[in-house]
Amino acid sequence: MLAEESIALIKEKAAKYPERKSAILPALTVAYRQVGHLNDELYSEISEIIRVPAVEIAEAATFYTMFPKHPVGKYLIQVCHNISCALLGADSLIGYLEEKLEIKKGETTSDNLFTLVTVECLGSCCTAPMMQINQDYYENLTRERVDEILEELRTRA
Amino acid sequence: MSFYSPVRTNASEVAESDRLHLLKYAEDPNQCSIDTYVQRGGYGAWRKALTSMKPEEVITAIKDSGLRGRGGAGFPTGMKWGFVPKDSPKPRYLICNADESEPGTCKDRVIMERDPHAMIEGMAIAAYAIGSHLMFVYIRGEFAHCADQVEKAMNEAYAQGQLGKNIHGSGYDLDMIVHTGGGAYICGEETALLNSLEGLRGMSRIRPPFPAVAGLYGCPTIVNNVESLASVPHIINRGADWYRSLGTEKSAGSKLFSLSGHIKQPGNYEVELGFSLKTLIYDPKYGGGILDDKKLKGVIPGGASTPLLTPDMIEVGLDYESLPEKGSMLGSGAVIVFHEETCIVWVIQRLIHFFRHESCGKCTPCHEGTAWLEKLINRVESGKGEEGDIEKIDDICSNILGRTVCPLGDAAVMPIQSAIELYRDEWEHHIRHGKCLVKSQFGLK
Repeated sequence: MLAEESIALIKEKAAKYPERKSAILPALTVAYRQVGHLNDELYSEISEIIRVPAVEIAEAATFYTMFPKHPVGKYLIQVCHNISCALLGADSLIGYLEEKLEIKKGETTSDNLFTLVTVECLGSCCTAPMMQINQDYYENLTRERVDEILEELRTRA
Repeated sequence: MSFYSPVRTNASEVAESDRLHLLKYAEDPNQCSIDTYVQRGGYGAWRKALTSMKPEEVITAIKDSGLRGRGGAGFPTGMKWGFVPKDSPKPRYLICNADESEPGTCKDRVIMERDPHAMIEGMAIAAYAIGSHLMFVYIRGEFAHCADQVEKAMNEAYAQGQLGKNIHGSGYDLDMIVHTGGGAYICGEETALLNSLEGLRGMSRIRPPFPAVAGLYGCPTIVNNVESLASVPHIINRGADWYRSLGTEKSAGSKLFSLSGHIKQPGNYEVELGFSLKTLIYDPKYGGGILDDKKLKGVIPGGASTPLLTPDMIEVGLDYESLPEKGSMLGSGAVIVFHEETCIVWVIQRLIHFFRHESCGKCTPCHEGTAWLEKLINRVESGKGEEGDIEKIDDICSNILGRTVCPLGDAAVMPIQSAIELYRDEWEHHIRHGKCLVKSQFGLK
């Protein structure tokens, strides 16, 4: 369910565009940030707000990989495995995260805190290797830094 | 504001130079505030264009400056603006392409993080030149911190009357929308970006019609890269002749280069076009040499879609004419360096995985071809390749090249073809011996 603030934010964004359909991506972004993933129920809710058929919203949503289409952990860890990060040890970092979190890539920890996925280049090539957790960029990663970050997030949760 | 780490730049060198300009204040966080930006002459070019130049004069100045698109294609910016039909009764739109996603590239990000007003000022001047009253910036969805920074700058610009109604008493109205994407490389291609902005799947469109004639909502639209637009205020302030005096005869101006991979000092460096690639990699002011003092094996000079260079080819100017002479391209200015312990088949495996993943699925040569290529390349990399696989890969590449709606297909195959041509022995070793030549040479696992 979308929160009141999310609905207000979607309405505010949608009002700026010359055509309603342009509000689809901004609305999906608001919904994703609130809920953590997207689903049919959210497409219907957005459809009511911006007055665009839900099927058109689903059609767009399923194209974009940034929005998970199923529930994920509180922290979505997205590790870049593209070339600049890979040259600086992204694969070993992914292995380390799998070991630390005791999950394989694509899985979520049993406490629903962390989901680990790999992603394509996030434009952080000069500060590689890197990972994005929810909206934040964590760059120049080392194993020690990963330990600190996970610890910090566990405390914050 | 979302969390991120600052990237190394050569801002102090730029600050001392009378010629370099894009990163001049990149190390000063105050540059993001409109007051500081204006104190340093910011929005002066916007006022000048709006109050003392006709739109055609702005277009002429940009044409004369020799500025070419900094996103990768290198199309002359002023000429692009000139394609907007003068007599169209429809609204016109200006879009800043901030979907930075060519692997290796992280330069537009630095402009948005550290000098967002320069981008907005350039956008405003471009919008005025083409007669647009509504402009968009399309920022890749993952760059949440950039979108926050740009939105904050936009709100300041509205509050100070740089945007909005009757700007500087000129009678000209201009609005701006910050739009964020959903994580799709293809949306950096301008027609896919238009579809995405219209709320559709980000698939490219067949051209013609070109966006300048029928773009966003079927209206005349110009799409320019962040760095191109951030260069515009400097050209308006200091003149086309000044800009032309930078760089080389055919490649005017300066450009940002994102240096990454096996390099001691990765970072974003502004240099004049024509600057030596070798100097960029080895000079202590820039890259400072190869990580752990190993030997250089190769360079991808312009982002993941550009053909590779071997160490004997790096005495080359970084510009639009010299790199093609070596069989490659300037692209987005993303210089990815790898040392002697890197397997070339593994490098290409990473790249083809990316292009297969990002193919939008619209045209068969690309969505089928990249999938076949990935399967074949995986097979060779894992040591299970068969005699004839190299020829098969080459054949698929030839059948993709030039046969797709947008440049993604070409982008996927150009590095593969060059990697086979330049490092054929490694591909053959993988197939004939079922293992990696580099790993055997260096005793790696």
